[in-house]
Amino acid sequence: MSERNGEVRIGVYICHCGVNIAATVDVRAVAEYAATLPGVVVARDYKYMCSDPGQEMIQQDIRDHQLNRVVVAACSPSLHERTFRNAVERAGLNPFFFQMVNIREHDSWVHSDREAATEKAKDLVRAAVMRVYFHKPLERRRVPVNPDVLVVGGGIAGIHAALTVANSGKRVYLVEREPTIGGHMAQFDKTFPTLDCAACILTPKMSAVKEHPNITLWTYSEVVSVDGSVGDYRVVVKRKPRYVREDLCVGCLQCIEACVFKEAKFDDEFNLGLSKRKPIYIPFPQATPKVVVIDPEACIQLRTGKCKKACLEACAERGAIDFEQKETYEEIHVGSIIIATGFQTFDPRRMPQYGYGKYPNVYTTLEVERLVNASGPTGGQVVTRDGRVPESVGIILCVGSRDERTNRWCSRVCCMTSLKLAHLIKEHTGAEVFIFYIDMRAAGKGYEEFYQRVLNEGVHFVRGRVAEITDWAMDPSEEGKLIARVEDTNTGFVRRIPLDMVVLAVGLEPQFDALNVQRLFGIGCSMDGFFLERHPKLAPSPTYTDGIFIAGVCQGPKDIPDSVMQAGYAAAEAIALADTGFFELEPNTAYIIAEECSGCKTCIPLCPYQAITFNEEKKKAFVNEVLCKGCGTCVAACPSGSIKQNLFEDEEIFSEIEGVLAYA
Amino acid sequence: MEPPAKYLYYPGCSLKATGVAYEESLLTTLRLLEIPVEELSDWNCCGATAYMSVSEASATLLALRNLALAHQAGTKDVLAPCSACYLTLRKSHELATHYPEAAKDVERFLEQAGLPRPDSVRVRHPLEVLYTDVGIQRLRELTVRRLQGVRMASYYGCQAVRPYGEVDDPHEPVRMDEVLRAVGVETVDYPLKTKCCGGSLTGTIHEVGLRLNYILLKEAQRKGAQAIVTICPLCQFNLDAYQREIRKQTGEPIDMPVLYLTQVIGWALGGGFRELGLHRAISGRKLIEQWFTVKKEAETYV
Repeated sequence: MSERNGEVRIGVYICHCGVNIAATVDVRAVAEYAATLPGVVVARDYKYMCSDPGQEMIQQDIRDHQLNRVVVAACSPSLHERTFRNAVERAGLNPFFFQMVNIREHDSWVHSDREAATEKAKDLVRAAVMRVYFHKPLERRRVPVNPDVLVVGGGIAGIHAALTVANSGKRVYLVEREPTIGGHMAQFDKTFPTLDCAACILTPKMSAVKEHPNITLWTYSEVVSVDGSVGDYRVVVKRKPRYVREDLCVGCLQCIEACVFKEAKFDDEFNLGLSKRKPIYIPFPQATPKVVVIDPEACIQLRTGKCKKACLEACAERGAIDFEQKETYEEIHVGSIIIATGFQTFDPRRMPQYGYGKYPNVYTTLEVERLVNASGPTGGQVVTRDGRVPESVGIILCVGSRDERTNRWCSRVCCMTSLKLAHLIKEHTGAEVFIFYIDMRAAGKGYEEFYQRVLNEGVHFVRGRVAEITDWAMDPSEEGKLIARVEDTNTGFVRRIPLDMVVLAVGLEPQFDALNVQRLFGIGCSMDGFFLERHPKLAPSPTYTDGIFIAGVCQGPKDIPDSVMQAGYAAAEAIALADTGFFELEPNTAYIIAEECSGCKTCIPLCPYQAITFNEEKKKAFVNEVLCKGCGTCVAACPSGSIKQNLFEDEEIFSEIEGVLAYA
Repeated sequence: MEPPAKYLYYPGCSLKATGVAYEESLLTTLRLLEIPVEELSDWNCCGATAYMSVSEASATLLALRNLALAHQAGTKDVLAPCSACYLTLRKSHELATHYPEAAKDVERFLEQAGLPRPDSVRVRHPLEVLYTDVGIQRLRELTVRRLQGVRMASYYGCQAVRPYGEVDDPHEPVRMDEVLRAVGVETVDYPLKTKCCGGSLTGTIHEVGLRLNYILLKEAQRKGAQAIVTICPLCQFNLDAYQREIRKQTGEPIDMPVLYLTQVIGWALGGGFRELGLHRAISGRKLIEQWFTVKKEAETYV
């Protein structure tokens, strides 16, 4: 081994991680083995290496034994590499004279044979010891952070995040693809467990967004490209034409009145098709911004160009209607991004046994939210599609949740939503209400109490997964009813329960285009398709992409309070990043040894980050370290071997390979 | 999926006995569709549902012998019209190909019997052949006469669509309706398509079997159907044979034809009354004669 760096003195630390590692790996044996390796001065094991006493132990050894290299064998570097680098740095060592070995995710958690797992840990430690020997001192680079923040999605999570960031004095761009902000919450009637009116608590926040001097609100818009990295993201936003000028429209709605369609005949998206709208419309009276929009698929003028354009006349004074409007693109620079793109509800047509789309009086919970809402399509009257007040209503839980055939996860909100709707339906109609459940999950502040309240109100709880909803009548009393066939697992009987209205508590699932969003922003997805957080417990909003945070149901099913909390957390992270003013990047960048570069330009088109430029005068390539992400592509491709990479030097990699392969 | 050059027909016991009308109508229909079919030679009992519950291994091998013979005969598609045969053969094939534990035994026994592993053989049902291999469009083209204004309920029984769902969607089967509509028959929305016909209960616990039969007939009537169309010989027999007893017990005027899908399709393609086994029906004979007897003036040519 080279003595280029002077005498190498290595300390090796094996973590038990409680029993996470120690139960499968003989940590003492690994430490004893490590002590025998060349260059190792001290090797120890400890219960929790990442704790204060653990870090202190390393620092003490650095001072006592004049260590100049440290290896820690513990959990994943994505969890604690930074912790240990900082500890080493505080003891006066360059933080890159450190190497971390993952003997938890890569060893103890995936093996059961203690002896073999211990041998594997020794191999991994040996590789790290041989690698760290060649480490060089490196400096972290700092990039400035643009304090502006982009929030994608204008539901309650996006609204709350945008307001929090804006209140701290930063500029916020809020992008929403629908014509109004508000998201799903705007469609809800009341909120559990307090029965607060959703509109009363949401619409003031919507108008605060609109009025906030620090918020630029772009509705009916979508992010189409994202470049750059933490501190300086360059984002292009497409603003779809609404054929109405936002700066001129005052929301008087006279154009809607004037439209040549005297009858509203197109499905109203906000009311889920339970009512109709005209081609020119406003999603709902409290829509923000209060600007009308024209549906190009429905509007005669936009479809054929042959309409007498009564709306144009109605708006002659302001001239806000503009059939010539084209989509426009805005380019913005932001330092960080908060993604709050929400969810879609499960399509119950995927479970034909429940008859949604076949029997008119089978509804989803979201549809019933609109029915019970005073400003909904029926003015708050709970009536069936044939206009009857239902005498019996059944609510089926876990439709598209906790089901091997559809979605395996618990959607978390359906139990409480169903309890709330049961209460409201009973209040509105006096109907007998049945809730068909697998388990009632009412974990949350005041939730169990609300469950008890609904129990006391006389709602019937039937434990069992409903087999089918059918109109098969066995006797005259069942004529004209929908029958829920269900095994009541509390009594052990198969029951037939005649109902006038069936409500399917549909689960929450990722938006249909979540995968596109994931790719656009370069973040991860978990198995179920929801966006992946950096750590499920300790970093549930940051992602693996620095400067991008997630909030609300796009990260996983959650209710309003949890969405708001996560949004506030995402906002705090974005504010902290902006206030720090810089972000420290890893120094693992590529660099070119100029005298060896032949100027062949092979590397230049290969760089995914356009970080390599060519100096025509010197006929040499040059790496811009601020843009370089350390992917290593150019290093591998360089025909003359003149591109190197910090932390991945040839001798570092080769010794590591040698170390892991050299059986002791 | 390319339709095969030839189907090997596995009749099972039913189609040679109580369900002979199914055999007659199936073979007639296939002939009219110009689909080559040949009976599997030296076939044996499928074991049906009963044997499976006595000894799974022996029952599986019993069924698999048929598929091995088919494999030897060089045909990929075994046509099993009886639902019990279809399911037993299909299930045995699944065990032999997807369950390594079972596959080991299967291999050993087949080797002893000097038979090949039938991995590449596919178990097919006539509804699949009509819907997938022939197709709705072709059925429409080949139809030579239509039953005007007749409403039928399509009834699958329990075994054809569950659990594999290859014959049709297990939760909401619709292919039989589409096939029937292709030849001009009106179908009603029948929510009991896959509910139990009583199976062997009509022979063991008779009153329970009858009750289940009654429920199916009653609901078909309530939905406005004039006949029930089925693809299972046991369902057909149960629903057809006990209507007089049900009338007597309930006092309700139930007298409804219970037809095989292949009888209705075969007639639309031009098949004759007797060659479709229509003369073998027990219930609803008046309607059957009215609909299917060739009277020049009553016939509508397309």
